[in-house]
Amino acid sequence: MVDKLSWKDLEVGNIIRAAGNASIRKTGDWRTEKPILDKEKCVKCALCWICCPDAAIKPSESGYYESDLYYCKGCGICASVCPAKAITMVAEEEQ
Amino acid sequence: MPCESYNDGSGGGAMNQRVALEGSHAVAEAVRMADVDVISAYPITPQTHIPERLAEMVANGELNAAYIPVESEHSALSTCLGAAAVGARTFTATAGQGLELMHEVVYIASSMRYPVVMAVCNRALSAPLNVWGDHSDAMAVRDTGWIQVFCQNGQEAFDLTLWAFRVGEDPKVLFPVMVHLDGFTLSHVTEPVILPEQSDVDRFLPKFQYPFALDPDRPMTHGAFGPPDIYSETKLAQEVAFRKSKEVILRGWQEFGDIFHRYYRPVEEYKTENAETLLLTMGAFTETAKVVIDERKDKGEAVGLISLRLWRPFPFEEFRQSVRGAKVLIVLDRCISFGRGGPVFAEIRSALYDEEPRPKVVGLIGGLGGRDLSEEDFDYIITRGREIAEKGSDRMLETVNIR
Repeated sequence: MVDKLSWKDLEVGNIIRAAGNASIRKTGDWRTEKPILDKEKCVKCALCWICCPDAAIKPSESGYYESDLYYCKGCGICASVCPAKAITMVAEEEQ
Repeated sequence: MPCESYNDGSGGGAMNQRVALEGSHAVAEAVRMADVDVISAYPITPQTHIPERLAEMVANGELNAAYIPVESEHSALSTCLGAAAVGARTFTATAGQGLELMHEVVYIASSMRYPVVMAVCNRALSAPLNVWGDHSDAMAVRDTGWIQVFCQNGQEAFDLTLWAFRVGEDPKVLFPVMVHLDGFTLSHVTEPVILPEQSDVDRFLPKFQYPFALDPDRPMTHGAFGPPDIYSETKLAQEVAFRKSKEVILRGWQEFGDIFHRYYRPVEEYKTENAETLLLTMGAFTETAKVVIDERKDKGEAVGLISLRLWRPFPFEEFRQSVRGAKVLIVLDRCISFGRGGPVFAEIRSALYDEEPRPKVVGLIGGLGGRDLSEEDFDYIITRGREIAEKGSDRMLETVNIR
């Protein structure tokens, strides 16, 4: 959306007349590696959900915690904190 | 404060006070009468008397403002930005090294459109350490998007400080304003200054109504990230708005004159009619130059003086108009842009490139780090300037009163 705006569309000082609008920006394309969850190993402890710095991990109906790849920047913290080693970081171009 | 009251004869009925004030205190009086909400500053020579006097005013209850002491100039301006973001009228002051330490925040203030007013008592930049008058600090921030004006005397220091709030805070402007007064030769010199009635000040300067004030009941985002897909657009929008601010700058001076009977212009002209040789100065030295122009005029020479009051946004139109008909234009710089020469000279010559006919533009550098420029020096500037215009120069840099 932002890449369609002309200079004439911008507010004074580039103010945005709303709060919490970072969520509309796709940050998933910054990623070089993505987290892959192995549901066999996952113990549903939610540590990845707690530790994700960008709130990109969300609980699913089945009780697992899964990455929203629209936002996930691929930092790998979830894989690092997972006590069950259920999350593996895989290069974007693989799989 | 000792003073005499008198009627200024304008017929407006206002009883103004004519008082003896040093330049710094004239600025402080303007800030007091502007009824600022937040002052944050860090003391540095030759600016110290401004925050010192303001601190006194706040402590004595003469000014109802938050005076926020900080540990550096970087913090001083940052504090003002935070205060401006919630709609406070804010003021800070600095000089030389202090302005350099602020530099990062100077850009942010203008780009986020917070109309902070800052007095800069122009000072040289280290090294060697030097606390005296010079324009290097002002030139180092000329690209930062602040409105920049230069004062020639104490009255102008008062007037332009007051005017700065009026213009910067205009909803069509919302840019910060720097009021430049030369270190010591203006900041520390006591002169007669006319202080207006508070009611007239209030008429000229309405309460600051910042349209985008941060408010928990009306959340919005200030200072969002600007990645490559939008940054260029933000800068273009800023430049367009900045150039347009000149309309309000001019209107502000008109309204100021209508109320206080002193009119200011982006380019001040002094005895320029039929002048073949024009001298261009900025700031307090202009008044010394006027004496020399008077002497030469008395001898029948076709000389005149122009003084750039508005430095940013650069007043192209008014400047070109003011030099029309002149054969030689001599520019004095109190700064060296290393490897290039005088920055004002370079800009002035560039501003005339498309003009036909245009005066021959020559530049001299002097008055660095508090070095005085006497009447004799201005005499030399005019004589040498004409010589260079006629025969050219074989020197790398033309200077005055430098051994």
